[in-house]
Amino acid sequence: MLGLDKKDTALLLAVAALALFAPFILNIFPQNTALAFFNGGYPDLMQRFVIFGIFAIGFNILFGLTGYLSFGHAAFLGVGSYAAVWMFKLLNYNIVPALVLSVIVAGLFSVLIGWISLRRSGIYFSILTLAFAEMSFRLAYSVLTPLTNGETGLQVYSNDPQILMGENGVTSPHLFGLEMSARATLDLGPWEFTFPVGYYLCAILMLISLYLAIRIFRSPFGLMLRAVKSNQQRMRYTGLNPKPYTLAAFVISGMYAGLAGGLLACMDPLAGAERMQWTASGEVVIMTILGGAGTLLGPILGAGTIKYLENVFSKMNEALLHSWFSWLPDFIETPLIWVLSKFTGEGWHLTLGALFMVIIIFLPGGLVEGGQRIGRLITGRSRKASDTATKPAE
Amino acid sequence: MDAVILQILNGLDKGSAYALIALGLTLIFGTLGVVNFAHGALFMIGAFCAVTLQKIFTLSFQVVDETQKDFLGNPLKVDMPYVEAWFGESFGGGLIEWSVPLAILFSIPVMLFVGYAMERGLIKHFYKRPHADQILVTFGLAIVLQEIIKANFGANPIQTPAPDMFRGSADIGMLLGFDANTIIYPYWRMIYFAFAAIVIGAVFAFLQFTTFGMVVRAGMADRETVGLLGINIDKRFTIMFGIAAAVAGMAGVMYAPINSPNYHMGMDFLVLSFVVVVVGGMGSLPGAVAAGFLLGILESFASNSTFKGYIVDFLYLNGTFTEKLIQGLDQIIIYLVAIIILLTRPRGLMGRKGVMED
Repeated sequence: MLGLDKKDTALLLAVAALALFAPFILNIFPQNTALAFFNGGYPDLMQRFVIFGIFAIGFNILFGLTGYLSFGHAAFLGVGSYAAVWMFKLLNYNIVPALVLSVIVAGLFSVLIGWISLRRSGIYFSILTLAFAEMSFRLAYSVLTPLTNGETGLQVYSNDPQILMGENGVTSPHLFGLEMSARATLDLGPWEFTFPVGYYLCAILMLISLYLAIRIFRSPFGLMLRAVKSNQQRMRYTGLNPKPYTLAAFVISGMYAGLAGGLLACMDPLAGAERMQWTASGEVVIMTILGGAGTLLGPILGAGTIKYLENVFSKMNEALLHSWFSWLPDFIETPLIWVLSKFTGEGWHLTLGALFMVIIIFLPGGLVEGGQRIGRLITGRSRKASDTATKPAE
Repeated sequence: MDAVILQILNGLDKGSAYALIALGLTLIFGTLGVVNFAHGALFMIGAFCAVTLQKIFTLSFQVVDETQKDFLGNPLKVDMPYVEAWFGESFGGGLIEWSVPLAILFSIPVMLFVGYAMERGLIKHFYKRPHADQILVTFGLAIVLQEIIKANFGANPIQTPAPDMFRGSADIGMLLGFDANTIIYPYWRMIYFAFAAIVIGAVFAFLQFTTFGMVVRAGMADRETVGLLGINIDKRFTIMFGIAAAVAGMAGVMYAPINSPNYHMGMDFLVLSFVVVVVGGMGSLPGAVAAGFLLGILESFASNSTFKGYIVDFLYLNGTFTEKLIQGLDQIIIYLVAIIILLTRPRGLMGRKGVMED
């Protein structure tokens, strides 16, 4: 279908089905039960799943295929957000020009940064991108305040021009009148499902992004990118210049990040400089690696896992832990809760860091590799046979 | 002229911190070939050694003080630190007051142990993995260390004052023949600079004049050959990792009075220290030190609006957008310099050939 082979079509359809039924799957536990705590089917969270999915898919095109580890991709996300909010300020709340501009601006920005940073490779490349992202972050806070509104963050004010707004224009982000914040709810006995418009728009864009990524992975261009990763010298000896290919990959991943940033602004018309901070760049690195760098499904899986765990872990507090473990004798419960409380709530980042380290140390291929190992155990196929069958696209 | 000297002095303390961290980073990189993203966290742990020691010294119990009354007329309860009760007011009080300098003695074994444990427990397993994996696992470790500190000490900066003797400022301008009050410089920053100079000198002397240092230098140049000569180079490199951690830790301890320690200070310094290492030249110890001081001083000049005003006047840029950009230079000067250096002198100021040039 659409120029994909059978396996890729199946993958795309599976992701599409998951995205379509996410409001059901994520709200699997009935309301008013203890397990409803683990539900993740709110519009806000689902939107973040797919938006960061897009971000990670894009990052994977650069890191997974070429092996260039960029520590500054959050800059493109931030630039995309700013561009989208500027479109809201100048034209109106229609998201089409906003998204188009955010992709274009992020693309141009990444051409500039990529062109300079890609003159070096390895650790130098990481540090150069890091330096650029930090520079953008600092500038957004200080000198570029007229463009970025500094610490307050860029937002739409009532006295903004909004030249296409008209008399009774919609006053929140919309797609030709279809508001992003609109949602339908479905009550089925104790279950309650929400179907937000914004989420489905993001999901459709995520599927398109994934489709493009698959096409890139399977194309001769993707092959070139893999050649860059495996041996640049040999590539040069065959008469190929790796630079244009790497730069193209860099720009494509920058545009993905810009799209993700634009979508963040479309869901909530705000843009702040903290989106560009280097910890935000670190987050997308963590997502991609947690899921499995160089695989197609990995980045989406990683983004979903991290955002879901973030949500669940930061909601946990000591009172909740007490209610869960009250059946244990006190002398076990108290130290157990003391330990767990360090990892939950405020301590979510501790869990994140520890999880990330465990993945890097024991499972460098990420969750996808973990899934494959488990699959091998269950089917009992020999390692050699399955290696040829389910080798990740790296 | 006095303004120039003042800016140079102002840059020295931050530059000292950069130089010390970058020195440790380069030691680790030069010996073990590992890019340690957790080095900023070691700096932070050092600063929290000072906090911990201060907390231990000020552990107190409550005593009733008959001479003072609270607002209800009852005898006031005051906190009495244990050390004052045990060792008398003068010595115990002195211990509390001198907790930051004493924390250096406390931090050296702690940091040596932390460094040793880190290398043997984690980094050892990453020598054969790609650099990207090393960066990522130490990045994860940095997050973990930082969050552990946050969980134990809270998110707010903790005041750790220097001893009374070193509070206040010296009027250096008078010594150099300028008018009074032109160049005022805090004592503690002077001490920080002197301390940094001593530590850097000690590390260089250790590498240059001891047999151990000679072997380590030989190992940095050609690890395999040294190994073939029957020397257990891994063990020595592990010790060097401990020393690098101790240098970062001591830098952190001494920095605590300048900037109250908080849990993310390590990350703030780490990014800059990496830039320093790259500017100095990956793997070059003198380069790291020189670049540390250089960038510290540059940053201090860039944060002075008078100098930026001169640049603006000189280029006839008054009132343009570029003027604003120049006024914001202090925020980005280090990154800008790093980018320019990396593009014009890819090996950094004093980089050696063939180091990290894949």
